[in-house]
Amino acid sequence: MLGNDKYFLGVDVGSVSTNIVLLGSDNKVKEALYLRTQGRPMQTIQEGIRQLRTKVGNSVKIIGVGTTGSARQLAATLLGADVVKNEITAHAVAASRVNPKVQTILEIGGQDSKIIILRDGVVSDFAMNTVCAAGTGSFLDQQAARLGIPIEEFGPLALQAKHPVQIAGRCSVFAESDMIHKQQLGHSLSDILAGLCQAMVRNYLNNVGKNKDIRGPIFFQGGVAANPGICKAFEEELGQPVIVPENYGVMGALGAAYLAQEKVGMRSETLTRFRGLHLAETQFQANSFECSGCANRCEIVEIKQDGINLARWGDRCGKWSAAVGTSNGGIGHKEEQRGA
Amino acid sequence: MKVTFPHMGDAWIVIQTLFESLNVEVVVPPTNSKRTLTLGTKLSPESACLPLKLNLGNYVEAADHGADTIVITGGIGPCRFGLYGEVERQILGEAGYDYDVVILEPPDGSILGLLKRIRYLAGEKNSWTQIAKALRFAYRKSVALDRVEDLIHAARPRLPQPMETEKLYEDAKKRLSQTMTDQGLQETVSWVQKSICERQKEIPCSTDQKTNPLRIGIIGEIYTILDPYTSGDVERYLGRLGVEVDRSIYISGWTGNHVFQGLAPGYRSIKSYPRHAKPFLPHFVGGHGQETVGAAVKFAQEGFDGIIQLFPLTCMPEIVAASILPKVQEAYKIPIMTLIIDEHSGQAGVQTRLEAFVDLLERSNLQTIQSGIGQTRGDVLSVGER
Repeated sequence: MLGNDKYFLGVDVGSVSTNIVLLGSDNKVKEALYLRTQGRPMQTIQEGIRQLRTKVGNSVKIIGVGTTGSARQLAATLLGADVVKNEITAHAVAASRVNPKVQTILEIGGQDSKIIILRDGVVSDFAMNTVCAAGTGSFLDQQAARLGIPIEEFGPLALQAKHPVQIAGRCSVFAESDMIHKQQLGHSLSDILAGLCQAMVRNYLNNVGKNKDIRGPIFFQGGVAANPGICKAFEEELGQPVIVPENYGVMGALGAAYLAQEKVGMRSETLTRFRGLHLAETQFQANSFECSGCANRCEIVEIKQDGINLARWGDRCGKWSAAVGTSNGGIGHKEEQRGA
Repeated sequence: MKVTFPHMGDAWIVIQTLFESLNVEVVVPPTNSKRTLTLGTKLSPESACLPLKLNLGNYVEAADHGADTIVITGGIGPCRFGLYGEVERQILGEAGYDYDVVILEPPDGSILGLLKRIRYLAGEKNSWTQIAKALRFAYRKSVALDRVEDLIHAARPRLPQPMETEKLYEDAKKRLSQTMTDQGLQETVSWVQKSICERQKEIPCSTDQKTNPLRIGIIGEIYTILDPYTSGDVERYLGRLGVEVDRSIYISGWTGNHVFQGLAPGYRSIKSYPRHAKPFLPHFVGGHGQETVGAAVKFAQEGFDGIIQLFPLTCMPEIVAASILPKVQEAYKIPIMTLIIDEHSGQAGVQTRLEAFVDLLERSNLQTIQSGIGQTRGDVLSVGER
């Protein structure tokens, strides 16, 4: 049963969702949780651990933890992670474990989208959306809400389209006004949705996928992969089948779990730094301040547990991040006031 | 007259020296910071490129310290930088700042006009010989500054205590900014060399990663790559990831070409870049677009592991270069990543990309070492502890 086996925990804390995966030593996903981050990553991580515990019980043995996502450092501090990796590597690891032959990964999440090119199972090129979040999950969410349809029905509805309408995909603001125009002309909802899917895919391939050599097998992962309309639009545009892996929504977390497995597996005698499932009840405090030590005026974030500093980051010089683990951080506030 | 100037990385050390050796009162604006950017953004057109916003912030902050005259270099060609001086003069005037703006460029191609402006700044008390002498010394200081920076680039991935390396760098910059003699410059450079050698001896056994780190060439728009606040401290961050960086343009190379019209080569001359760029981009596109392409080719030929291009959003010359770089990537089989910088101060996006890029390069390095035999994906992608 669950309690006797050993597990690896992978946590992916992104801008929109926080995903947690419990990976068994038989490489099977035992549990996969999907939570909304809602701008409160610390509470969400704790909530996730709480949910995990109610599902698997207190006795499970977690022997390795990996974190990824934009809040990977925060998550690593809270959980006591063994591996902290960027989400590109994590996604690539997960995909190539599922299918070692995969050559292209299309990933669209809540606020970012990326493309990863693999050759012989290793990353050879990648790109992420830069300064614009057009064509990501948040935009689809917003449009579904505006049209009054649940996001789950978005894709199936789009698949029913007979004549997808042309929608400008360059910018989400223009896309929206274009959609409103088409809808006022009397086009059917499914045709508009299918048009939006095509516009999003075109935008993605022109921006993120620009100059990339897209070869099959192609994986499509991230939250948006749940939308069959987008998936179909990709297949039409690329002229090849697009595979949505089983755990498409939690691939980042799965990759982090695999990385933890590799790390611990390499040196089996090392113990995990995981704090244990009881961390759901631990009180963490986070605060930030501006250091006035020099003109850089770095914003320092500190995470405390019961008044003890667990971690600090944000400083360029390292005087704060180096002084961790004591009640006052080893540096008096006198220092903080020094100079200007 | 109290002269001020925009910040661009450590260029202030050189500019301050130049004016001080001419006995002109100079106000060094506070280092670029969030405050600088906020102040500058308020005054700037929304779509202006990032350096303009920081420049304006610098002037506002310098005005608090009594500055009344701005010196900025100009330029001819399609880059917006050429218009900075004039645009800034108008914006500051409308915002109620009583600044005199002196643009160092030949107005309508007239060298005499440029000399007049220099004479205006230097005042009647300095002879042309003194001005030339001051310029030459400032130039030598910029070369010393670049030599120190280059040593630090090499030291970061190799020395065990990153904080000590940064402290050494800060101390060296302080010494360089204060010294007014050639001997002082020389001593500081040798002091840095010696300190690095001593620390290197302390390393118990040098692993391969420490002696042969990955090498990444930084190319792109000059302001962005020279100013650590703007670039998000890319070079230091890469150094801590165990990467040795080199850069296409150093301060002295730029002044040598731009201010001294190629009469002085600088620490790293930028003269050869257009020649290297020729097969890909045979003509001038404004700014340093051609230099960016040329530098990419040069780094690739020198066997660098990867190249990162940086530029501020909407920078036209660099957009041209960015669209040509995939051809360089293809021709030399070298990974090139482009990062676009704007007002956002969140570092997560940049760091994710840098980490992933370093992961990618470590993989290809391992692949050449082991030539792909007996190697699992795990060996390559999860390299070491970060």
